Amino acid sequence: MADVKYTKDHEVVKIDGDIVSIGISEYAQDALGDLVFVELPDVGRTLDKKEDFAVVESVKTAAEVYTPVAGEVVEVNEALNDNLDLIKESIENGWIAKIKVSDAGMLAELMDEVAYKDYLASL
Amino acid sequence: MLKTPLHKLHQDLGAKMGEFAGYDMPLFYGEGVIAEHKWVRESAGLFDVSHMGQVSFVGKNVPQFFQKLTPSWFETLPESKAKYTVLMNEQGGIIDDFIVTNMGEEHFFAVINAGCKDKDIAWFEKHLPEDIDMHEHKDRALLALQGPKSETVLSSILNLDFSALGFMQANEYEHPEFGLLTISRLGYTGEDGFEISVLNQYAPALWNALLEKEAVKPIGLAARDGLRLEMGYPLYGHELDETTSPIEADLSWVVSKNNTGFIGADRVLKEKEAGVTCKRFGIKLLDRGVAREGTEVFCHEGKKLGVMTSGGHSPILNASVGMAYLDEACQSDTGVYVRVRNRNLSARIVDLPFIEARTKSNVKKQVKERSNG
Repeated sequence: MADVKYTKDHEVVKIDGDIVSIGISEYAQDALGDLVFVELPDVGRTLDKKEDFAVVESVKTAAEVYTPVAGEVVEVNEALNDNLDLIKESIENGWIAKIKVSDAGMLAELMDEVAYKDYLASL
Repeated sequence: MLKTPLHKLHQDLGAKMGEFAGYDMPLFYGEGVIAEHKWVRESAGLFDVSHMGQVSFVGKNVPQFFQKLTPSWFETLPESKAKYTVLMNEQGGIIDDFIVTNMGEEHFFAVINAGCKDKDIAWFEKHLPEDIDMHEHKDRALLALQGPKSETVLSSILNLDFSALGFMQANEYEHPEFGLLTISRLGYTGEDGFEISVLNQYAPALWNALLEKEAVKPIGLAARDGLRLEMGYPLYGHELDETTSPIEADLSWVVSKNNTGFIGADRVLKEKEAGVTCKRFGIKLLDRGVAREGTEVFCHEGKKLGVMTSGGHSPILNASVGMAYLDEACQSDTGVYVRVRNRNLSARIVDLPFIEARTKSNVKKQVKERSNG
């Protein structure tokens, strides 16, 4: 059973063993408004914890997407190039990149859904 | 923050509000910016632009007054015709861009940008001769109805015939339900449409009456920006400012050959003769991505050509478009690069507008061309 977590920067993180899929939360989608483009990272790129690896462009603004964990980009969601609305569907379809985690200890710092909802309420 | 007389209606419609020139204005409503943008191009969109300034000038020397403050010529402007021009400073820069209409009987009506109101009025006052009366209509709201279905909708709501009102023409109407209206056939979207100046107390009723029509949806300022961008229209504070001349801004058509005595003429006439070092161009991205204001533009050899002053996603072209001040030697249809977050994206210098205007005069021209061919 995959585990879904959230970051304070409003990324959604789905954890499958040592692979995490990263997307953006509904809150982030609402804040961005109409999406027009997502800039995907190169497969094989090594990321530090909290490094930005993708950019979601909306009509209004450009938002960087950060990884909460260090690791290597193993897959990017090319389907987003043809259909950006996938981002709004779910993390299953709307993930941006999959990262092979090099240090699983960092995952413990993420929020679960209840904690994320509390966090949103506090904003 | 300042509010227009329609502020509460925007909130009731669920608008996402934001600050613009000191006013709390609707940025977009429920369906989002792209849907609103397309609606204006396909049907009719209703905008609240009451934050803009409306100023009347009355006196027999008003044309000469505007010929001193702008590079345009007003003595021959026919009654009920509107003219786009720029307010000049002594250095040949632009204080504001605005539209002036000859309402007849020595009365001229100007609509000025919200963010420039105070300095414009101070500038007008400073140069105002004693025989001209100036009056700012703080008691009026301004609605814009833009899009191909605008004429049908407005005619049916007001029970007035606008078929004889041409592009850049205006008239005053005494309406039984909505009071005194100044209706101009113009706008800043490239579509056929109208700006309706209405007394504050009638503005909410007129707004609601227009929205009751199925063809009409409310449109926020975010879509308004995208619509003017597709038309390559300059926006004050972006393409135009106090240091930019009308020649650099590629607005030499507002400079009348009759007018040599306007404020700032020294620089403008010199530039008209000798040329400028940088000029406003259109930029269209060929690569995916969005190039926004501040993006640098480079030629293929790597030399920096200039900087973008506006840029964003065009819902009609499904590409990023914008404007930039570039080396004057640049030519349309030249391939360039824009640098977005350290990546070079392929782009092209193109002629403006990005899409053809469909204002009333242009519609006529297109029909004529078709019947000739």
